Amino acid sequence: MIVLEKRPQPSKLWAYGTPVLAVLLTMIFGGLLFAALGKNPVDAIRTIFFDPVFGEFAFYYRPQLLVKGAPLVLIAIGLSLGFRAGIWNIGAEGQYIIGALCGAGVALAVYPLEAFWLFPLMIMAGALGGWAWAMIPAFLKVRFGTNEILVSLMLVYVAEQLLASMALGLLRNPDGFGFPGSRNLQQYPSAHNAELIAGTGMHLGVVFALIAVIFAYVLLSRHMLGFQIKLTGAAPRAAKFAGVNPARLILVCLGTSGALAGMAGLFEVAGPAGQVSIDFNVGYGFTAIIVAFLGRLNPIGILLAGGLMALTYIGGEIAQGQLGLPAAAIDLFQGMLLFFLLALDVLTNYRIRLRKGEAA
Amino acid sequence: MDLSAINPVLLIASLMVAATPILLAAIGELVVEKAGVLNLGVEGMMIVGAICGFAIAVNTGSPLVGFVAAAIGGAVLSLLFVLLTQVALANQVASGLALTLFGLGLSALMGQSYVGVKPPAFAKLDIPGISDLPVVGPILFSHDLVLYFGLALVAAVWAVLKFTRAGLILRAVGESHDAAHALGYKVVRIRTMAILFGGACAGMGGAYISLVRVPQWTEGMTAGVGWIALALVVFASWKPWRVLLGAYLFGGITVLQLNLQAAGVAVPVEYLAMSPYVITILVLVILSQQKSSAPAALGRIFHASQ
Repeated sequence: MIVLEKRPQPSKLWAYGTPVLAVLLTMIFGGLLFAALGKNPVDAIRTIFFDPVFGEFAFYYRPQLLVKGAPLVLIAIGLSLGFRAGIWNIGAEGQYIIGALCGAGVALAVYPLEAFWLFPLMIMAGALGGWAWAMIPAFLKVRFGTNEILVSLMLVYVAEQLLASMALGLLRNPDGFGFPGSRNLQQYPSAHNAELIAGTGMHLGVVFALIAVIFAYVLLSRHMLGFQIKLTGAAPRAAKFAGVNPARLILVCLGTSGALAGMAGLFEVAGPAGQVSIDFNVGYGFTAIIVAFLGRLNPIGILLAGGLMALTYIGGEIAQGQLGLPAAAIDLFQGMLLFFLLALDVLTNYRIRLRKGEAA
Repeated sequence: MDLSAINPVLLIASLMVAATPILLAAIGELVVEKAGVLNLGVEGMMIVGAICGFAIAVNTGSPLVGFVAAAIGGAVLSLLFVLLTQVALANQVASGLALTLFGLGLSALMGQSYVGVKPPAFAKLDIPGISDLPVVGPILFSHDLVLYFGLALVAAVWAVLKFTRAGLILRAVGESHDAAHALGYKVVRIRTMAILFGGACAGMGGAYISLVRVPQWTEGMTAGVGWIALALVVFASWKPWRVLLGAYLFGGITVLQLNLQAAGVAVPVEYLAMSPYVITILVLVILSQQKSSAPAALGRIFHASQ
C-alpha cells in the first residue's frame, strides 16, 4: 500500500526538481503522442525544443523567442502575485484584449499626428484599460463577495465580442476598402512598438517584462506587501489577525495583473501583431497561467518558464511546417505540462512511503 | 426590426434545447460540489464529450451511441482530475484549469477530420395526435430523448440527495470530510465517483451541443457554456430544481438574443452575443450575498493523516 506522509516542511529539492521532471515527462509523453500521430517522436521533440535555438534557421527564430516570451512573462508575473494569495484571475486574456484596444484606440484617435509622447501615452492607456477590466471582478469580489474566477473568465468572452465590434466598427481602417481590422500601427512611426535593436526581437515589451520580473522579485522578497501576499496564501486566517486587509490585497493583485496584461496587449498590437483585428489575440492570457505555475509562482522561475513556453510556441510552428504536426497537438502538449507539474507537486509537500496493511 | 417574426411557442421549444447542455453539465457539477470538490474543468470535459460523441455518432450512425461515448469520454477526462486532486492532492482550482486547457487541445486534435461533417440526426419524440397539439405539442412532446433524460436526471439527483442514504453520505463528505472519514466512509472513493458522474454529465452536455443544438463540429464550440454551468451551480445555491430554473433562464437569454439578431434589432450583433455572459455576471453578483448554502468542505483538500 502506498501512503502519503505530510512533510513538516516543503522539500527544497523537489520544489526545484518538479518543474524539470515535469518538462522531461511532458517530452516523453508528448513524444508518445507524436508517435501516435505517425510522426517520428525524436524528430518532433528536437524540432520543438532544439531547432528554434540551435537549428539551421535559428538566426530567424531566436528573436521570436523574445517576441513570444515577453507577453507571457509580463502576464504571468501579474497572475503569480494573485495566485500566491489565493486570488484567481483567469481572465488575463480579456484584460490583454482591452489593453490593446485602449492603447491602439489612443493612437488611432489622433492619427496621423506624429509626437514623441504618443507611444508612452498608449502604454499608459493600455495599462489603464487592462487595469479597469480587472477591476470589475476585483470590485465585485470586494463589494459583493462574487467569485472572481467566474467573473474574470466571463469577461474574456465579453472582451472578445467587444474586440469583434471594434475591429468591424469604430476602429476599422477608413482606407481599408471595407476590410475588417484597424490601420496598421507598424506603418505609423509614432505609434509603432519597433524593435529597439533591429533584428533582435527586442522591443519595449521585452524591457518591461524584465523590469516586471525585477519588481516582483523585490516586492516578494523585500517588501511588506509581498510578505502579506505570501502570508495570505499560506494562512488566510493568520493573515487577517496580522492585520492584512484582504480587500486591499484583492484590489492590488487583480489590478496589477490586469495592468500588466493590458500592457502586454498594447505591446503586441502596436508591434508584432500590428493591427486590431478580430483574432489578433492568440491565447497568451491562458498560456500565461501555465507559465506562472511552471515558474512555481516565482519571478525568476517565471522568466525561465516564459522562455521555455515561447520555445514550444515557435518549435510548434516549425513542427507544423516541417513535420505536418497539427497546431492542436502543441496546445495539448502545453496542457500536459501543467498536468505533470500539478501532479508532481505532491512530492514537494508529501513523502511517499510503502506500508503494509489497510490504509485510510 | 420585425419582432412579430418571433414565435413565442417556437421560442420556448428552442429555449429548452438551448438550456439542455447547460442543464446536464450543471447538474453533474452540482453533485461534484455537493461532495466537496470544485471541478473547474467543466468546459474541458464538455468539449471532449462534444467531439467524442460527434465522432462516434458519425462513425456508428447512431446519435444515442454517440451520447454514451460522450459520457464515457467526459468521465475518462475527469479521471485525470481525480488523479490530480484525490491522489496527488493538487490544488483544485489549478487542476480544473489544467483540465480545461488540456481538454480544449485534445478535442481540437481529435476533431481535425470531423470539421464540416454532418452528424446523423437525432430522432425526435413523435406521438401521433399529441405531438401535433397546438402550443403544448411543440413545447412538451416533440423533443429528442436526451432532453427528457436531462429533466429526469434533475429529478433523480434531487431525490437521491434528499431521500436516500447514499445522498446523505455524499452530502456528509461535502460538508465535513474529516467527520465522514471518522465515521468510516471512504471519502476519496465517494468523491471519485461524484467526479466521474460530473464528467459523464458534462460530456453528454457537450455532445448535445455538437449533435443536436448546432449540429456540427467546430473547434472550441462550447464557447464558455461550461463556465456558465459552473456559475449556474452558484446561482442555484446547490439546489437541483433551481439548476433547472437557471438553465432555462440562460437558455432563454441565449435563444432570445439569437432571435433578436435574426429580427434585425438596432443593437449590434456583438453586444447581443455578449449578453449571456454579462447577465451571468449580474446574476452572480445578486446571488453571491447568500454564501451559507455552499458545501462547507468545498475545494478543500482531504488527506487522511492517521
